Amino acid sequence: MNFPFLSVIALTPIIMAVLLLAFPEDRKSEVRVAALAGAAACLGLSLWVYFTYDVSAGGYQFVEKFAWIPKLGIEYHVGVDGVSNPMVLLTGIVIFTGVLISWGIDDRPREFFAFLFILASGVFGVFVSLDLFQLFFFYEIAVFPMYLLIAIWGWKVTREYAAMKLTLFLFIGSVFSLIGALAMYFAIGKATGVYTFDMLKIAEAQAAGALNFNVSLFGSMIPFERLWFPIVFFGFAVLGGIYPFHNWSPDGHVAAPTAVSMFHAGVLMKLGAFAALRVGIMLMPEGARFHLPWIYVLTFINVVYGSFIAMRQTDLKYMIGYSSVSHMGLVSMGFATLNYHGYLGAAMQMFAHGVMTAMLFATVGMVYDRAHTRQRDELGGMAKKMPWVMAGFTIAALSSMGMPGFAGFMAEFPIFMGGWSAGQPGANFVAPYYSWLTIISAIAIVITAAYLLIAVQRVFFGDISEEHDHHVGDVTVLDKVAITTLATAMIAVGVFPFLMGPMVKSGIEAALRVFGGS
Amino acid sequence: MPIETLIWLIPVPPLLSFFLIWLFANRNKALSHTIAIVLMAISWIISLYVFLTAITTEHFGAEVFGHSVPWLPTGDGALNMGVMVDPLTAGMLFFVPLTCLLIFIYSVGYHNFGGRLDPHDVHSTGSPAHNGVEPMYSRFFAFLSLFAFGMLLLVVADNLLMMFVGWEIMGLCSYLLIGFWHGRNYDDPKKITPRQAAVKAFMTTRVGDVFMMLGIVYLYFHTGTLSFREILYNEDVLHHLAETPSYIVGLSVAAMVGLLLFAGTVGKSAQFPLHVWLPDAMEGPTPVSAMIHAATMVSAGVYAMVRMFPLMSAGWHHGEALTPPMMAMGFIGAFTALFASTIAVAQRDVKKVLAYSTISQLGYMIAALGIGAYIAAAFHLITHAFFKALLFLGSGSVIHGVEHGVHHTHEHIDPQDMFNMGALRKKMPITFWTFLIGGFALSGFPFVTAGFWSKDEILADAFVANQLVFWVLVISAFLTAFYTMRQIALTFLGEPRTHSAEHAQETAWTMTTPLVILSFFAIFAGFVGVPEHFPALGELFHNLNVNRFHEFIGGTLIEHPEAVEFNVFPLLASIVVGVGGLTLGWLVYGWKPLKAGQPDPLAKPLGPIYTLLENKYYFDELYDFIFVRPARWISEVLVYQVMDKNIIDGFLHGVARVAVAIGIFFKGAEKVIINDPPDRLADFTQWLGRSFRVIQTGRIQSYLLIVMLVAVAFGGVYYLMLSGLVK
Repeated sequence: MNFPFLSVIALTPIIMAVLLLAFPEDRKSEVRVAALAGAAACLGLSLWVYFTYDVSAGGYQFVEKFAWIPKLGIEYHVGVDGVSNPMVLLTGIVIFTGVLISWGIDDRPREFFAFLFILASGVFGVFVSLDLFQLFFFYEIAVFPMYLLIAIWGWKVTREYAAMKLTLFLFIGSVFSLIGALAMYFAIGKATGVYTFDMLKIAEAQAAGALNFNVSLFGSMIPFERLWFPIVFFGFAVLGGIYPFHNWSPDGHVAAPTAVSMFHAGVLMKLGAFAALRVGIMLMPEGARFHLPWIYVLTFINVVYGSFIAMRQTDLKYMIGYSSVSHMGLVSMGFATLNYHGYLGAAMQMFAHGVMTAMLFATVGMVYDRAHTRQRDELGGMAKKMPWVMAGFTIAALSSMGMPGFAGFMAEFPIFMGGWSAGQPGANFVAPYYSWLTIISAIAIVITAAYLLIAVQRVFFGDISEEHDHHVGDVTVLDKVAITTLATAMIAVGVFPFLMGPMVKSGIEAALRVFGGS
Repeated sequence: MPIETLIWLIPVPPLLSFFLIWLFANRNKALSHTIAIVLMAISWIISLYVFLTAITTEHFGAEVFGHSVPWLPTGDGALNMGVMVDPLTAGMLFFVPLTCLLIFIYSVGYHNFGGRLDPHDVHSTGSPAHNGVEPMYSRFFAFLSLFAFGMLLLVVADNLLMMFVGWEIMGLCSYLLIGFWHGRNYDDPKKITPRQAAVKAFMTTRVGDVFMMLGIVYLYFHTGTLSFREILYNEDVLHHLAETPSYIVGLSVAAMVGLLLFAGTVGKSAQFPLHVWLPDAMEGPTPVSAMIHAATMVSAGVYAMVRMFPLMSAGWHHGEALTPPMMAMGFIGAFTALFASTIAVAQRDVKKVLAYSTISQLGYMIAALGIGAYIAAAFHLITHAFFKALLFLGSGSVIHGVEHGVHHTHEHIDPQDMFNMGALRKKMPITFWTFLIGGFALSGFPFVTAGFWSKDEILADAFVANQLVFWVLVISAFLTAFYTMRQIALTFLGEPRTHSAEHAQETAWTMTTPLVILSFFAIFAGFVGVPEHFPALGELFHNLNVNRFHEFIGGTLIEHPEAVEFNVFPLLASIVVGVGGLTLGWLVYGWKPLKAGQPDPLAKPLGPIYTLLENKYYFDELYDFIFVRPARWISEVLVYQVMDKNIIDGFLHGVARVAVAIGIFFKGAEKVIINDPPDRLADFTQWLGRSFRVIQTGRIQSYLLIVMLVAVAFGGVYYLMLSGLVK
């Protein structure tokens, strides 16, 4: 038996959370150090898993499997493949940097870090789960601390509204997905006689045709997958911010404290997209094939719409929140292309967006903590006061607007390639409008560049107000470490895409095999 | 070391110097420029070596130097990153690193190295130094180095993706450098600040870039590769692309890709209708204007078109109908050439004139490509880089000189306005003579300037290929000569019109040396391209083995282009407009020099046309009206307020309200049906208890009394029962 890396990664945070709660309340510094140690351990282990994953072998590695509730076919089953591995690494990066930049939280840091770690456990758990029940288990663990984190430590003006909106959206979404998953469980069980939540076995059974039957709905017969795919897909995609179920997310981002915004936009939204891929698309490929072409239109709206709204925002957090909606739209857009390039880009975009949006929220949080405003037009001249923050924000902005040399470009380029070729006659053909929508969605790149550059210019350059000139100081060393970590990830993937490309390739090839090659 | 390794090394030194300056030298000014210049010089030496190897290699072109490595895995292969040097690249390697190096040296003087740091400047970072050395000196060299890296990367790239990477790095550096003086503000609110100009430049070129990216995507989709060698040197691929119909009826895939890529060039090389950013980009420091907006970056757009020419012209043969991308290039290029030169005539700012002149000259090259004059375009690209860099650096020197005067006299005047100058030839002789050479080269002064030979070649080709393009180019050549003379006369001739001009001073040797070197090339670079059929001179240079440009660059193409027959008419036209324009300019501005405060002599005869030209045909206002405002409206009103806030949030809040209402109803119902009865029961019990309380007095006597009364009562009842009275 090898060292159970994945279990350790997924359970370390929750154990840390319990340990943190055992600290005396007034030992704030010790709590912080312990939290950082826990986060560093997660990052270290996820880096280890990332770099020791055997790309040439592909498939699921670091697999662990134990019976959990055998009567119901529930197991504890974890493993990573080329798609989930970068996600685990991303979570490691975000928890590490999130703890670093939350150093200054003085209101009950013990409870704050504990909840943050519970959240992290849930996220890690979803990414490594190969059992459907277990996936939902961790998924709910990831969602519930959000409510507390936002409602207690959030921005006083909107925190209750936002926390409630977010929680309701996500719970309702997950309930739909759960119903869909149960439908799948019973259908497979009925067809094969084996009731199992094991996703690999479900996929096998699906491939063998276990879901090839019709169900009656209002008197008409429709294929099982066509009925249930949208329910499962949208249930998860809500968390991925799909239009028109996106609008919990900007409110949530804004109200959340900085580290939670980073987690939320950086990792949690990927959870939705990832689960939509794993449970929706990969387990019901026939349904996906049928529904994704029209879902592509929604994702297109996501991309363009999000960028336009982001442009009118003057509150920096709202701006980034809507830009996340737009960029997560690119992820779903990639999924909806049904071809290799789209999936490659989508998987890369999940990582790229996670890192860059974490950076954007982190840097805006740093500015807010010192200048006490997030209004773009009230700021100015911050480059002089905090050059590192400017560098970090600018790098993230460049990545976000698809500048070559940064991770964002390595993601956007294949997505556009996929979208384009899905509309062209040939092997990947889906429907002609794919190409047109791809061209139009390129507008979003220009708009993105516009609002980010204007933000950089207003916030960091120009005149500094008298008050800020006197009271705003530079960020701490820990903040700089966080900025450096995130920037390194963005540039490394942007300049050396082979650090991630081949791994993602091995993962999505398995995903695409369910569509019969391509 | 194998030549392939050397080619990989060409872009590396500037990148290295970017990091070195940024990380280790950002407080040491001397170290910063030393690193930048030394490493740039290394790049230049390697490039020169590669260039010399290339021109001495037999049949270079059929054989090229190249090497590539896989970068991003794709479906069945990988996108490669690689370098390649073919004759065209070799030509670029001759002038790009050289001009970069000269501009680096020039920047040392431009930013007053050696001057003391004005304490006032330290406090107000982000504005140009008032007097003394630039406070952000190190940062300037870091950005400039990064820019040089981007340009060299683009030049040596062997595929479109890597070229695009270099292209975008330059776009980024252009943004950073235009906005270099990010703290600068003007009293006039209508005047664009460097920060705004930077965003404008980035955004405008970005529009073109997005199309270019789509073009790359489309090309990749059809060929499965982005390598130049596999696409451009492969007749089968080109043939296939030219034959496959595209999505749009009537266009082949090659044409569609060509048009999309051309859109990128329109942005980068500031062609109509995306020309608006370049004049405003003059807000950057002058070496930046010279480097980015004359010698390198804007040329990169033309270079990309020259590079992609086999694709742009796929399916076209000499003398046949032009392909759609060529037609687009021909007309947009020629139109831009004329259009920009008319605006240049009415500009007051010494750098703005040059900016419009650059747009116009780039239009020349694009037009040349459009009519198939591949070599002429490449030739003009190189000569123009030399003389335009010279002119920009010269103008920087002029501004620097006048600024010196401004500091001396404390006058409040714009040191870039040519109407505040005059008679600088006496104060700044080196600047004057080199500027004169550059100006004459730009005007195409016959026989002795490089500009003449390259422009003449374009005109000769245009004369054969397309009369309309020819005449448009001839008119714009005339205007070019006219505004150049206007500029020279206003700046250097006559009497000083302000005290500042009177106290102007020649600039440091670091600034004048690059001017002298560039003016050498502004004269002699033309002789390599003297047509062989040219009377007398052609023969002469052929015997000297100098004019090999045509043959050498022609080797880039599979089908070696034929030189056009010598024709005396375009030659005469070229001489007449060049000399005529200069003469007319001298008659208007040099014959009777302007006095201080006197308006432009053109303003009166041209009337409203002059105003129109002065305001650049109101394109900024027009774009604001048709693009910027609608985009704002969509984002503010349509998607944000109507869709997000009213419809989606409205629906959500409606649902929430209904849910709350249901909750309130249930709460009420619960109160009446479930909550109230037990409460009433409890109330009753309580009432009962309260009622009985009065008898619980706590006094033994009362209790005994009650006991007695009860006993009596019970006794009475028993008595009555036992006695049979009650049954």
